[in-house]
Amino acid sequence: MIDPKNPARRWHDMGGDTAGPIPEMETPNENHDFSLWEKRVDALMIIGAAKGYFTVDGLRRVLEDMGEDAFEKMTYYERWIASINQNLIEGGAYTTADLAEKMAEITARGETYGDASSPT
Amino acid sequence: MPHDHHDHDHLSPSGHPFRADDDTDLSYWQTMEIAVRELLVEKDITTPTEIANQIETMDARTPSNGAKVVARAWADPDFHAALMKDAAAATREMGFDIGPLKLIAVENTGDIHNMIVCTLCSCYPRNLLGLPPDWYKSRAYRSRTVREPRSVLAEFGVSLPDSTKVRVHDSTADMRYIVIPKRPQGTENMSQDELVALVTRDSMIGTGVAKAP
Amino acid sequence: MTQAVRVKSMMPPGHVRTPIYLRGKIGVIERSLGEFPNPEDLAYGLPATAKPLHRVRFTMDEVWGADAENPCDTLDAEIYAHWLEPADAT
Repeated sequence: MIDPKNPARRWHDMGGDTAGPIPEMETPNENHDFSLWEKRVDALMIIGAAKGYFTVDGLRRVLEDMGEDAFEKMTYYERWIASINQNLIEGGAYTTADLAEKMAEITARGETYGDASSPT
Repeated sequence: MPHDHHDHDHLSPSGHPFRADDDTDLSYWQTMEIAVRELLVEKDITTPTEIANQIETMDARTPSNGAKVVARAWADPDFHAALMKDAAAATREMGFDIGPLKLIAVENTGDIHNMIVCTLCSCYPRNLLGLPPDWYKSRAYRSRTVREPRSVLAEFGVSLPDSTKVRVHDSTADMRYIVIPKRPQGTENMSQDELVALVTRDSMIGTGVAKAP
Repeated sequence: MTQAVRVKSMMPPGHVRTPIYLRGKIGVIERSLGEFPNPEDLAYGLPATAKPLHRVRFTMDEVWGADAENPCDTLDAEIYAHWLEPADAT
């Protein structure tokens, strides 16, 4: 939400805001792990940055520009893949048309992540 | 590429079950991940092996790495001095593959309690400690820690006397932080290996303290 | 010798790493960290000039005034030199 009293303040810059209790002290590394697709997103971030297509600030810039709604409604790695994808297109790794074609092809492969990530 | 079709019975490389969403309906964002990954391979920007290796590297980074650093700092005065001077160099010298991580160690004493937050996103010393816990990335932790650190600490079960100064570190730029928790009393005769077991992840973020022996 | 600095109050709309709650606040340079590529350039894929980066320590009293839980507690943040001015500048 844009604050009409201070439109220059951006949603992600939340230090000092009031907020509810710290959510359940969940510990992904101890109790359960990130799923494979989330780990792959993480790896794509590191690799895309290491190859010079974008920087962590580029990742953050797109996350910030996605706005508060994305922060509230998408999971952490959903936001990341959206940002990584945009940065890679901006960095010239592939085109929007490449992406559209590839996503359509993947959707046709099957109904689950496992089915769709194993081309036959 | 690992064959991940219906692999819900398998453990992840870090030995824990994957989150149970690999067999649910393919989501839009999962479709995008597969597409980005395959496009990067087709364009010769990366390889399936490189991606798998990167996941393995990340899985090998866990809080136990940090715990070894802390235990050594407690037990070895020369290492302690090196760690406080340049934590990245000292950690690298211990053999941890921390990549380009720029690390500052901050130490808890009877008078000072340090805690780490990133208000702008969720910067975390992931190359040493692994990926951050979910709460570290939450709106509540990011918002409140810089304004009411003592209330936040209380929610984690840490209560400090007024005479202990709280030092909050907001990771706003290129540095990452590790808290060296106070060495618990009654550990004078413990070996470094025994000390490692007392160092929790939260004690290295500053939202916890080291376990009593 | 500690140097007192004020965080500039400017409010550019793009990607910056200076939190709003510290803008206009006065602290002291706790240590200087060397030069780093400017994230305000990196974020847009532009050639980044190296900028000096400092760790600045603020008291909670300075940042939150009467709302501080304990006025003597402190807050450290990394702030790029181009966001800092001498505390006595008007």
